Amino acid sequence: MISLKVDLAGVEMENPTMLASGIMGETGGSLLAMAKGGAGALVTKSIGSVPRQGHKNPTLVELEFGYMNAMGLPNPGIEAFGEEMFEASKAGIPIVGSVFGSSAEEFASLARRMQEYGAEAVELNLSCPHAKGYGMEMGIDPDVVANIIREVKKAVVVPVFAKLTPNTHRLIDVAKAAEEAGADAIVAINTLKAMRIDVDARMPVLSNRYGGLSGPAVRGVGVRCVYELYEALKIPVIGVGGIEDWRSALEYMMAGAVAVQIGSGVGRVGPQVFGDVCSGISAYMADNGFRDITQLVGVAHD
Amino acid sequence: MTERFMVTQAPVLIDSRTEEADGVVTLRFDWDAPASPGQFIMVWMPGVDEVPMSLSYLGDHKGITVKNVGEATKALTSLQVGDRIIVRGPYGRGYHVPKGKILAVGGGTGMASLLPAMERITATSVDTAIGARTEKELLFEERSKKTSSNVRVSTDDGSKGFHGNAVQLAKEMMSATKYDMVLGCGPEKMLFFLHKLCLENGIPCQMSLERYMKCGGGLCGSCAIDGKRVCREGPVFTGEELKDMKEFGRQRRDECGGRLRL
Ligand SMILES: Cc1cc2nc3c(=O)[nH]c(=O)nc-3n(C[C@H](O)[C@H](O)[C@H](O)COP(=O)(O)OP(=O)(O)OC[C@H]3O[C@@H](n4cnc5c(N)ncnc54)[C@H](O)[C@@H]3O)c2cc1C
Ligand SMILES: Cc1cc2nc3c(=O)[nH]c(=O)nc-3n(C[C@H](O)[C@H](O)[C@H](O)COP(=O)(O)O)c2cc1C
Ligand code: FES
Repeated sequence: MISLKVDLAGVEMENPTMLASGIMGETGGSLLAMAKGGAGALVTKSIGSVPRQGHKNPTLVELEFGYMNAMGLPNPGIEAFGEEMFEASKAGIPIVGSVFGSSAEEFASLARRMQEYGAEAVELNLSCPHAKGYGMEMGIDPDVVANIIREVKKAVVVPVFAKLTPNTHRLIDVAKAAEEAGADAIVAINTLKAMRIDVDARMPVLSNRYGGLSGPAVRGVGVRCVYELYEALKIPVIGVGGIEDWRSALEYMMAGAVAVQIGSGVGRVGPQVFGDVCSGISAYMADNGFRDITQLVGVAHD
Repeated sequence: MTERFMVTQAPVLIDSRTEEADGVVTLRFDWDAPASPGQFIMVWMPGVDEVPMSLSYLGDHKGITVKNVGEATKALTSLQVGDRIIVRGPYGRGYHVPKGKILAVGGGTGMASLLPAMERITATSVDTAIGARTEKELLFEERSKKTSSNVRVSTDDGSKGFHGNAVQLAKEMMSATKYDMVLGCGPEKMLFFLHKLCLENGIPCQMSLERYMKCGGGLCGSCAIDGKRVCREGPVFTGEELKDMKEFGRQRRDECGGRLRL
């Protein structure tokens, strides 16, 4: 028997694939559809205190090797999201509530609400590269990140995941600060800050001008970040960035990720990407004599 | 290799502009991207907005038919021959062009999405019901006559054709003729009752839905209806799929993802 089960900081998952935040995670129905695709756990869209429209279109650029997006964190607000969480809970798999805020107090109160709604863990979006006043500006400062984590840890009993940005040379410092402050796992990476200029329009395509690059284009950066984090930290790392088949998922796990998240792959392949990744990993394990997926975590390190 | 969804983005030059009805304009442009009936594109007017539009003409000389309802569509309907727009797509799953005797029911700009499908069916086997509020808003009656041997019109105010709505007209047509498939596109209330009518009469159907679309590319989830992406699994859904949807005809979502009653 091959086991894909993982225990992620206390969250028990049937397999290591998770839906990444911001992709099909805004409604209960869409979360259920991703569970049907075979995900082991679901991360919600990042939710804030009040409803937010996000940026005006264009919000997406499609590239050969990924996407550039500047959605601008649209979300219905934490109050209205309770109904979606209730519906999503019918999936019967762990739901991770992603939240964003502009202060430690706001993060803490949002996390508490997510816990009340039944989230088995909360993920703090400390890393959005294209929403002013939120995310990345805070997520590159180790002290600010540590303070947010401490406040959230006081407010909830469920595990707290810190999602970090790769748009800094201080990734390891930030991650270590998060670990010391009590974070239960690190999620890496969010999108890479990017821009696309249309030569016919002679202006940036995204209405926000800047966006975040995702998909296979960022995989090499994500794998490198996870590899470095695995060496520097004791808490588990969740790998994300450009995963869309079993090989790319295993690459992250061998770099040290206990679980992986898939976002762009849902657009480029479809919701079945989760199940496809799992059956591919199972076949690889059978061919190579592995019985437990945890045996593969971090094997790329000496 | 796993199949990847890939689309193209391209600047196109508007080479013809036709006023179809009150506030409704068709823009044509050369663009050779492969497309099938019922698919849509994202149309970007730099500095204004980017919005979804059905393709009302396929082939290499494509077209969109736009009704002026707000800022973006006002800008689009004001464009002239020689202006440029930037398009990406085509997106979505269109109509499965059926065999047998077909009834096409279009309300508002819905005919824009239906006509490319009708044009792939022999004229003798497709009947058409076009609904409008009033004669001045009536769309594509002449073009429909080229692809359909029996075109009927309804207006809410009785200014032309059948006095009533398109679903009432469709009901009358169904009692006279046995159809193998109904294709529908228009306001969701119309589609909701048309779907009900098809179920009651045991006629299979396909209907094209609209939801607020941001990315258009199957990622953001803003267009979700019962967990399905209108931009990817739709915009055309079968009667069977619609039957299982709790939100069809009842609920849509605003720009923030909040629930709105229809
Ligand atoms: C798959 C699809 C195909 C469509 N095909 C056509 C067509 O062939 N012809 C046509 O005239 N219209 C079509 N529409 C509707 C068209 O996209 C909207 O009328 C247009 O976006 C309105 O923008 P606005 O700025 O002019 O109006 P606004 O004042 O912004 O809004 C007016 C109405 O349009 C809706 N709307 C606004 N932005 C969007 C958006 N990004 N996505 C979806 N709805 C939106 C709003 O909810 C509101 O109900 C289609 C929509 C979809 C989803
Ligand atoms: C359309 C889109 C929306 C996103 N929204 C969020 C978000 O709300 N919160 C967040 O933490 N990350 C968000 N992300 C980042 C993803 O969760 C993920 O970290 C990144 O896209 C890299 O993974 P991928 O290559 O599998 O997409 C978003 C990404 C995309 C493409
Ligand atoms: S518009 Fe359909 S998923 Fe974004």
